[in-house]
Amino acid sequence: MSFWNKNVKPLLMSILPSVVAILIGLLFGLLVMIFASPGDAPMGFYTVLTRGISKFSDVLYYATPIIMTGLSVGFAYRMGLFNIGASGQFTMGIFAALLVSFFLPLKSPASWIVACVAAIAAGAIWGSIPGFFKALLNINEVITSIMFNYIGMYVVDYLISNSSTMYFATKARTNYISAEAQLPALWSGTNLNVGIIIAVVLAVILFVVLFYTTFGYELRATGFNKDAAKYAGMSSKRNIIITMAIAGALAGLGGALCILAPSTVVGSSVTYEPINVIRNEGFNGIAVALLGCSHPIGIVFSAIFVSYIQRGGTGAVAYKPEIIDVVLAFIIYFSAFAMVVREIVSGKRKKKKSAPAPGAVIDAVPPGPNDTAMQDQTGTGLMPEAEERGEE
Amino acid sequence: MNVVYFLVQNTLPVAIPLLLTALGGMFSERSGVINLALEGIMLFGAFFGCLTTYYIGSAMNPQLVLIIALLVAALAGAIYSLALSFAAVNMKADQTIVGTAMNMLVPAMVLLISKMFFMSDGITTSVNLYIQKIPLLGDIPVIGQLFFQKTYLTVYIGIAVLVIAQILLYKTKFGLRLRACGEHPQAADSVGINVYRMRYAGVTISGILGGLGGFAYAVGIMDGNCNGHTGVAGFGFLALAVMIFGQWKPIRILLAALFFAFLRQLSNSVMLIPFLYNLNIPKVVYSILPYVATMVVLAFTSKKSRAPKAEGIPYDKGSR
Repeated sequence: MSFWNKNVKPLLMSILPSVVAILIGLLFGLLVMIFASPGDAPMGFYTVLTRGISKFSDVLYYATPIIMTGLSVGFAYRMGLFNIGASGQFTMGIFAALLVSFFLPLKSPASWIVACVAAIAAGAIWGSIPGFFKALLNINEVITSIMFNYIGMYVVDYLISNSSTMYFATKARTNYISAEAQLPALWSGTNLNVGIIIAVVLAVILFVVLFYTTFGYELRATGFNKDAAKYAGMSSKRNIIITMAIAGALAGLGGALCILAPSTVVGSSVTYEPINVIRNEGFNGIAVALLGCSHPIGIVFSAIFVSYIQRGGTGAVAYKPEIIDVVLAFIIYFSAFAMVVREIVSGKRKKKKSAPAPGAVIDAVPPGPNDTAMQDQTGTGLMPEAEERGEE
Repeated sequence: MNVVYFLVQNTLPVAIPLLLTALGGMFSERSGVINLALEGIMLFGAFFGCLTTYYIGSAMNPQLVLIIALLVAALAGAIYSLALSFAAVNMKADQTIVGTAMNMLVPAMVLLISKMFFMSDGITTSVNLYIQKIPLLGDIPVIGQLFFQKTYLTVYIGIAVLVIAQILLYKTKFGLRLRACGEHPQAADSVGINVYRMRYAGVTISGILGGLGGFAYAVGIMDGNCNGHTGVAGFGFLALAVMIFGQWKPIRILLAALFFAFLRQLSNSVMLIPFLYNLNIPKVVYSILPYVATMVVLAFTSKKSRAPKAEGIPYDKGSR
């Protein structure tokens, strides 16, 4: 019984909002499908839900990049930072990996390792810029990182389309990179490659960093309550910059794992199209991170789920893959209601209405600007520990 | 002089979407809700505006089509913004996440619908909304050429909205109450103002203006079309930067919008300005100029920012 109360119940409580958000998101997806084409909706929805089973190696293949962007967003979110710039960092990672693959004549496996390191560096730089703006000038990282999504995208597209080595102009995409520069495959005949292993190992490492190191503790403390953490002597400015750099590095590596992934078609590779469109992986990473409760292990599972329904979406006859982006948007929207869902389930909401809790007296002080920071640092209450601590 | 005419004629249609949307952001934040969904609201308005133009375009006068499409876009924006009001006011959800979700939904929806029903990535219309020259006013020397030739009707509608916004915010009871809810909702509530309702009003106005701004973007920049891939190219976020640069005040927002629009427009005018042309700067520099300028401007204005004090904080009656 105590095991149930101590371990299982909190876990269930923390994933419950995600499950509710997924169900509501899928329901809205079904409604959109019915609205768009009623006759095809049952079959299409069935395909969305089941097609991933037979394509499971593809599911893992496409999950790899969004595990990375999900870890990026989730890691920053632990500190109360909203890294909407994962797309830009991801693009920078792709660019760095392409540079190494095309211009550094290295033999495998040195090539892909160097390319990954370059992508990590590029992503870290791109991520740390909004970090600097936030830490030194207190500028909202959301606007900064969006601006850097655009700046990165335009610069990378320009540089790629002006390089005859990298760009295949008539096909409007990059040239194929040599098989030696690509990630090693795990089993022949499937898409599986070493990328998924790297992503999962990193998730475990992040889990250890977040929950078993001083840095992780400081980071989460700052996320819970910025002012209290500062009062306790933690340098929030330094931590903000480091966190954003790590988040950027994760997204950047995601870009490398995406572009270096081996192709099943012999003699080809994954390519990049410089068409002035911001990469979707960063935004999908937000969905992944929110569904995974910003927990590294949760993120691995939620990325696999997102990739799973994406595979389903590409196969839904009469519909377009964008149906899944619609579902994901609804899922994110409803994940923002996490706190409300949890309150309803734990019955707190009813109590609140009937009689004010004993603690309400404290609230009588009009909240000033600082109180906001405290309330909103944790966002929607996606950090389960804080909630439970409050309940006891 | 021709260069000046050209610059002004081209800057105004770009400035108006920024102006309208930034004014929308201002109303929302003045009521206490951060509206990060403006990007999505703009595209939502643009899409429905273009759809209207597509269906009624051949039936009547182009300028009448534009006005009807603008009304539809405003209505669409207002309806879509209810998703933000509901989440921010009733559900007390994180406004950043909700805004992001709303921004993600619209391009996906536009692409889905366009691909399924129009075999395309967006809506392409062929109505000529451009005004070559306004009769009478266009003949005034200098001023006529600057402001009444080679333009769009949206420019004048934008200026009219600016005047209305200024009056609404500073000269009416409603404006005073709205501002109170963004600065100190507890105090506003204590004198009998319904904070929830005022916040709904602020967000809805921002939805109307965001929808208008979105269609103004489709008209002034995309030539009456809209596309799910490029969307509104970050104009919703630029508008937020314009609003911050304009310090949440309508007239200053106009100046900020003109500044950003001018930067955005430079790349199209390089050929005409020998000095810039001779510098031989790659086009990408002009492409990123508005975004870089946003960063520079934010860096300089952040220290003395006069943001509404209570923005982004869900108002809970119980904690008064």
